Amino acid sequence: MKKVLKNNVSWVGYMDWEIKKFHGDDFTINHGSSQNAYLLEYDKTVLIDTVWTPHRFDFVENLKKEIDLKKIDLIIMNHGEADHSGALPALMAEIPETPIYCTAAAVKSLEGQYGQNGWNFHVVKTGDSIEIGPGRTLTFVEMKMLHWPDSMATFLSGDNILFSNDAFGQHYAVAELYNDLADQCVLYQEAVKYFVNIVHPFCIFLSKKLAEIAALNLPIEMIAPSHGVIWRDNPAQIVEKYALWANAYQEDQITIAYDTMWEGTAKIAHALAAAIKEASPQTVVKIFHIAKTDKNDLMTEIFKSKALLVGSPTACNDMLSSVAGMLSFTKSLRFRNKKAAAFGCYGWSGEAVKNIQSALKDAGFNVLEETVKSFWNPTEETLNQVPALVEALLKEDK
Amino acid sequence: MEKFACEPCGYVYDPAKGDPDSGIAPGTPFAALPDDWCCPICGASKDMFKKVD
Repeated sequence: MKKVLKNNVSWVGYMDWEIKKFHGDDFTINHGSSQNAYLLEYDKTVLIDTVWTPHRFDFVENLKKEIDLKKIDLIIMNHGEADHSGALPALMAEIPETPIYCTAAAVKSLEGQYGQNGWNFHVVKTGDSIEIGPGRTLTFVEMKMLHWPDSMATFLSGDNILFSNDAFGQHYAVAELYNDLADQCVLYQEAVKYFVNIVHPFCIFLSKKLAEIAALNLPIEMIAPSHGVIWRDNPAQIVEKYALWANAYQEDQITIAYDTMWEGTAKIAHALAAAIKEASPQTVVKIFHIAKTDKNDLMTEIFKSKALLVGSPTACNDMLSSVAGMLSFTKSLRFRNKKAAAFGCYGWSGEAVKNIQSALKDAGFNVLEETVKSFWNPTEETLNQVPALVEALLKEDK
Repeated sequence: MEKFACEPCGYVYDPAKGDPDSGIAPGTPFAALPDDWCCPICGASKDMFKKVD
């Protein structure tokens, strides 16, 4: 059933309560999600985006219950990724001549995924527009790298809705659809997790893009992303959060992430946490066992932190694979302006700490020289290295 | 001639190939690209490119 958002604009997406993983298995989903598609029924009937491939037949059948598919004058694909375009082949099988409006990069993406089917693509650029009814114009805004090269947003004047696609989204199923009807704690937890894991690598574009959108002076009354809630109550709140988060955001938090073989490195992690807490009681300190922690949640905690301490024992002349994987993920998210340090136990060669330092530097962290290295299990003597590391960590940068 | 990689998206500008879609002929060194040239994949500006070692 379609759900009317405003006047002749409806939600026709898929509320996905069962989904647990996204981007293959690379993003965990804890509170369901949605793939939001929208139907605009003015002089012209417009479909904005579709749903993920497994739900393609449900989507097309549901749409048929709402309208004669032949009435659709045009389809807008704000982004070609399969969670938005998955129902497009099934839909185009029914209405093969329907024009598809998207960016040039989205044509490549859609043809790359579904083959060259002779679909009637209309390539659009920022500022291009289509009138779809009295006082109703759709204007396109390219959103390159927010979060893929082909992404764009579409603004509907008159109803003043920004269909932002993945920007401002969250993986969060809310059958009531709107931000003001959602659990605010979960909403913001999911919004920041989404931002960190999906949008953060492209922060450098985000600040510019937000300024560009602001300069367009669009009277945005509602932001309708492609996942999660629709921001109708003070939609500027999420735009302001994005502006804040994109600017080397950090809280007074230090995250300690480690893996351990026989609990030695775990002991160092806890000793560091206790020493930080003692030296700076107001600082939030969190400890995570890397192999036992959801990696997307861990990235979200690192994002919020002013410093990251990474620990691993040395095995086979290097850090454990869980730690290496975590550091590789951390690098790809391009965090900035954060301190970091390394620690770990070893039995003979002890390369892990040095290799963690090198990986942290490579990932853009300001890495401290101070470390805590322990020959076999930590002793009182080994833990004497802790205060110097904590002092360097808490020292305000001049 | 030196290649330059786009930091945000990883595209590599190869002077031997140029960027014909943006009207840049093969053989154009990176330094000779116009100031308003941008990455054909992600739109990043020239200052976001780094020399490929």
